[in-house]
Amino acid sequence: MTLSYALVLVLAVAAVAGLFARKRAAGLRDGGGRLNSLPNYHALYVAIWAALPALLFLAVWTPVQGGLVDQAVLSSPAGQQLPAFDLARDTILTEAKEIAAGDREAGFNPESSTLAPIYASASGRYAAIGGAIAIVIALLGAFLAMRRINVDFRARSGVERWLMGLLLGASLIAILTTLGIVLSLLFESLRFFNMVSPGEFLFGTTWSPQTAIRADQAGSSGAFGSIPLFWGTAFIGAIIAMIVAIPLGLMCAIFLTQYAPHKLRAWLKPMLEILAGVPTVVYGYFAALTVAPIVRDFGIAIGVSSASSESALAAGLVMGIMIIPFVSSMADDSIAAVPQAMRDGSLALGATKSETIKKVLLPAALPGVVGGVLLAVSRAIGETMIVVMAAGLAANMTINPFESVTTVTTQIVQLLTGDQEFDSAKTLAAFALGLALFIITLILNLIALSVVRKYREAYE
Amino acid sequence: MQKRIAQRYSAERRFRLFGLAAVSLSIAFLAFLLISMAWKGLGGFTQTEAKLIIDFPRSNLFLEQATLRGPQAQEAVASAGLEGVLEQAATAQFGEGAGELFGAASARALGNQLVADPEILTRKAELWLPVSSKADVAAKGDGDPAIEQLVAKADTKRTFNSGFLTASDATDPSVVGVWGALKGSFLTILVTMALAFPIGVLAALYLEEFATRNRWTDMIEVSINNLAAVPSIIFGLLGLAVFLNFMHLPRSAPLVGGLTLALMTMPVIVIAGRNAIKSVPPSIRDAALGVGASKMQVVFHHVLPLALPGILTGTIIGMARALGETAPLLMIGMRAFIASPPQGISEPASVLPVQIFLWSDEVDRGFVEKTSAAIIVLLVFMLIMNGLAIYLRNKFERRW
Repeated sequence: MTLSYALVLVLAVAAVAGLFARKRAAGLRDGGGRLNSLPNYHALYVAIWAALPALLFLAVWTPVQGGLVDQAVLSSPAGQQLPAFDLARDTILTEAKEIAAGDREAGFNPESSTLAPIYASASGRYAAIGGAIAIVIALLGAFLAMRRINVDFRARSGVERWLMGLLLGASLIAILTTLGIVLSLLFESLRFFNMVSPGEFLFGTTWSPQTAIRADQAGSSGAFGSIPLFWGTAFIGAIIAMIVAIPLGLMCAIFLTQYAPHKLRAWLKPMLEILAGVPTVVYGYFAALTVAPIVRDFGIAIGVSSASSESALAAGLVMGIMIIPFVSSMADDSIAAVPQAMRDGSLALGATKSETIKKVLLPAALPGVVGGVLLAVSRAIGETMIVVMAAGLAANMTINPFESVTTVTTQIVQLLTGDQEFDSAKTLAAFALGLALFIITLILNLIALSVVRKYREAYE
Repeated sequence: MQKRIAQRYSAERRFRLFGLAAVSLSIAFLAFLLISMAWKGLGGFTQTEAKLIIDFPRSNLFLEQATLRGPQAQEAVASAGLEGVLEQAATAQFGEGAGELFGAASARALGNQLVADPEILTRKAELWLPVSSKADVAAKGDGDPAIEQLVAKADTKRTFNSGFLTASDATDPSVVGVWGALKGSFLTILVTMALAFPIGVLAALYLEEFATRNRWTDMIEVSINNLAAVPSIIFGLLGLAVFLNFMHLPRSAPLVGGLTLALMTMPVIVIAGRNAIKSVPPSIRDAALGVGASKMQVVFHHVLPLALPGILTGTIIGMARALGETAPLLMIGMRAFIASPPQGISEPASVLPVQIFLWSDEVDRGFVEKTSAAIIVLLVFMLIMNGLAIYLRNKFERRW
């Protein structure tokens, strides 16, 4: 609590120092000096020097303070009597913390009530120390910066250097995110592979992550063969969805760019974009509630007795519809990039429009279209909500589209939204699946992007 | 020769027809989706009310008029056992088993009426009350025949269900509402916006205006392009591992949801921002530099304001995507049952798409139309945001 007061105080110091600096710089100008930088830049310069170092200190201090408070509490007489066992001790400490913060009246463990006042006093003490240091840093920064205010001082370049740092920092966040994804997935997956061998994970054909409570239960060990999941993912995302999306998307793009009159296109294109903007959870509900029963009834009508109401076909169909606008816009771009001269040449030879499209435009645009299709596949296999709601959980290896299959994303959701014990192979398996998914989509994207880029260069 | 030309022309017509068919089929899918949602969902905005005669002086209800006028009226009504009174009155009026006609929503409405007008307690009153979820489904022609007969006996009318827009999640479908989820969505998007927009714009400015081509810049570009294509569920795993397990932020809070979605939306904003900045002509920069502006002043005083409409369009589209996103939020625990709207960004909350997902899993028939109604609310918001983006694009887009 006190630390947030310190934060407000630091900002107040910065604001006041800025106002002073502005006044002083303005005074220099009124006194007849020719300022190098405008008074506002002087003000900003001083305010930045007052605020940023102090804020950085606070950011570092907050976690340090947590550790220091914990140590102080544990070394107090009441704290030393706590059990050494980590989990029980952590619960008591958490409860004491919550009582001290006023979030709850009493804990389940009687020890926590005695620890709470110690917590309150220790955290109050350390917060006061940290806050005081932060304010001193702010004042010091403001003072040092204020001393530099002068007619010749280049306050603007000083401010701009900070701004440049900010810009660079913002763009580094992308690298940090990528790094965060890779490291967190890798770290948890390594823990998983300590329990289950990578060979079994990659080449096993049985998936049943349920680890039993008692050792003598049937299927107690849990099997983590991921082949059925990858088959299900590919079956829905790369086969069924693409059978729907590629012809429809391609024909949409051809019609919209080559045939549709301008007015019609102005109407149709936004409509297709709406199709892309519908949230996936809506598609999922649509697939589960409307499409799945139709598909099941159709399956039974044509004599497939095993037709399930959570069929691969229903999920794949709806996913294909979702992907249509994506394929269409990628194909649109690549067709538009074919030089006009090739089209004109073909038309001048007497070819009809459709012959030009089929024999000249499409072959020329093929690499771009293939790249777009790869991107579409990568999007389809990473899609979650449709398959979670419509595709079922049974890990079947089947080529019957009326049967139920499961996918990588469905299983990740399934594994992580049940009871959460963070060291079991069951929850860690989700991260291994996530890593596999990340690598596959990464490879697909890299191939697609390089194909598209190479093709673009060929016509430039 | 003529025959072949005729053949080629008919092939041409066929091909054209195929194209038209593909477009019509896609649009038909969209229409089918929207119409089926509207068909099922519009019922969720209405509720059936039935006329019920309650003889308050003779019922065993212990409520004083004075308490109802006092400050504790809501608590008194909530603990007065109105369900029992309703069941008694219903059985007296419609016969045995008629208690099923009224449920949680009826008790809530009765309570509100009592607080509004405590005088009712002194007489035999004729009240219009919303019926229970089962009876509501039956009245809309899709329920249990036994209850349908009961409903037929009662005097009923359809009214607008204002509770659906003001209430939160509940176990009884007749009293559920989307307000809690909507507020959660709003807070989450606010956090996302506050983080992703400034960072995205600054990163786009750096990459377009300042970065020299070297290995670092290449790495930044490659990671941004890849992040834009990473499946959203992976961001959920990142949020789970970093924000919850490593930084111990509160579970299922809009803060964590917003952080996760911000990481997901940022690359979209960077890419849109770079395109907008690229389209600002170099003559503007040259002119500003020529009159003595520094590089920073050129960028922040001239390039950024001119590129802003384009950046905003991209941002709104990114935000609309974040608003409809479900999977990453499931990963960070935003699937708990939360019956009251969140009061701040660090309190447990639900968001609209997750609420839709949770309701779609419910077995109760009453949830079907509520789910579709919630979907209509979500789609309306998406439509507003996308419409705003298109409006901005058309109004401010400049061809240089």
